[in-house]
Amino acid sequence: MNVLAFLGDFGDAVSFIFKERESVSGGVQIGGLGELGGLAGTHLLVSLVAMAIAIAVSVPLGLMLGHRGKGEFLAISVSNVGRAVPAVVLLFFFIAFIGNGFRNVAFVLILLAIPPILTNSYVGARQVDNEVVDAARGMGMTGVQIVRRVRLPLAMPTIFAGIRTSAVSVIATATIGPFANLRTLGEPILSENIYRFSGQLGAAMVVALITLAADAGIGLAQRAVTPKGIKLAEEPRTKGPRLSLPTRRREAAT
Amino acid sequence: MAVSSESTLLFAQDAPEGFFGDRADKCVREEGFCPEWIADNYQRYIDPFWEHVFLTVVPVTIGFILAFSLALLAHRHRWLIGPVAGVTGALYTIPSVAFFFLLQPITGLGKTTAIVALTCYTLLIIFRNVITGLAAVPDDAKDAGRGMGLTERQMLWKVELPLALPEILAGLRIATTTTVGLAALAFLANGGGLGAELDAQRFFKSNVVVAGGLCILLAAVLDVIILGFQRLVTPWQRAAT
Repeated sequence: MNVLAFLGDFGDAVSFIFKERESVSGGVQIGGLGELGGLAGTHLLVSLVAMAIAIAVSVPLGLMLGHRGKGEFLAISVSNVGRAVPAVVLLFFFIAFIGNGFRNVAFVLILLAIPPILTNSYVGARQVDNEVVDAARGMGMTGVQIVRRVRLPLAMPTIFAGIRTSAVSVIATATIGPFANLRTLGEPILSENIYRFSGQLGAAMVVALITLAADAGIGLAQRAVTPKGIKLAEEPRTKGPRLSLPTRRREAAT
Repeated sequence: MAVSSESTLLFAQDAPEGFFGDRADKCVREEGFCPEWIADNYQRYIDPFWEHVFLTVVPVTIGFILAFSLALLAHRHRWLIGPVAGVTGALYTIPSVAFFFLLQPITGLGKTTAIVALTCYTLLIIFRNVITGLAAVPDDAKDAGRGMGLTERQMLWKVELPLALPEILAGLRIATTTTVGLAALAFLANGGGLGAELDAQRFFKSNVVVAGGLCILLAAVLDVIILGFQRLVTPWQRAAT
């Protein structure tokens, strides 16, 4: 009996995702792929804009700081501070003090996305072996060339780990966009009186699936951008004594 | 929610002439940031604050017991690491807003749902840190232990776990601050906490500053407490964070 009710809830939620229906208060058509598609579009757009800006800001900054060996305090503590200020609280601060809308939500998401990417870019650039950098310098590379052609490729897996962490929290936080009047996938979740439980549950399922998909997708991209040399060095030990390649990989701060 | 906004108005009306001051009155009406209002109303945040503490401490405690046991099991049976990390990783990825609703058909509305969801988020962080901490124990230390005739169990509790303690407690710190933040959304599952206050008057700057500020303060205080505990129990490791 309980199990049936439980399945019923989920069944109703699935039908909300695929079929339009009239809202209980009447007059408005809710649900269906059309409406959810639109909400998902806004959701992904605001997430993408925020991620693009956060990456454009933090990757170069983190790599430069890592290259110069300066600003360790900034690069590391930004993550710790970021964790202590919850996304929700940040969003509510913005709503009360600055206002609603796409731009404000995007700004909150950018602030949320920067710390993991910045810290990981910094750590990724730092953990490149000094001998490799010396070799590059010996070949006559300038500082900028070393950052772009040596540190960046070798830091790629670490940077992507940061991007993955950020993307997951950005997509998750975009769900509370409706608090700031931005109609994302959180709309059905947060407007219970219109969408009822089936709408809340349906939208929750869609958000969860999108986040898991983004996480898996970035995981694959992370593999694709990992330079072959690092992959080889990380292969589990095969026969014979392993070459002692510089595989020292610190766990990123997140 | 409606009650709290009413009580604000009531208070403004009931205030004796001249006591509240026109400026302060105007500040509340304009939903501004008013120190006077905060001084007079801080009591309404005490209960939600302790609720928030409850919503943090209980999930972190349950999560720690679960993840720590799983990690010890996986430390002995290495093949378990992949599956456990995979499952806890997937749980960790599901957005909290969605999680609170996905659980409702099973656990209903209320604190249980909030606690189950918040517990799930702590698992990956603690599990990962216990495993990496144990893996980083120097072989020399283990060899020495073995040479002294320690059994497997003694080795774990007297050599490996003490040496892994900084990493384990680092995981506990991350889990705790993360949970404070996520608990701010527990009101979506009727779990109460400071998030409910934030949501109740979300355009009133004073309210947002007090409720949001208490969240941040709680995260910072719990972090410092665990850090202090870590310093206390690992006197040989003063330099590590």
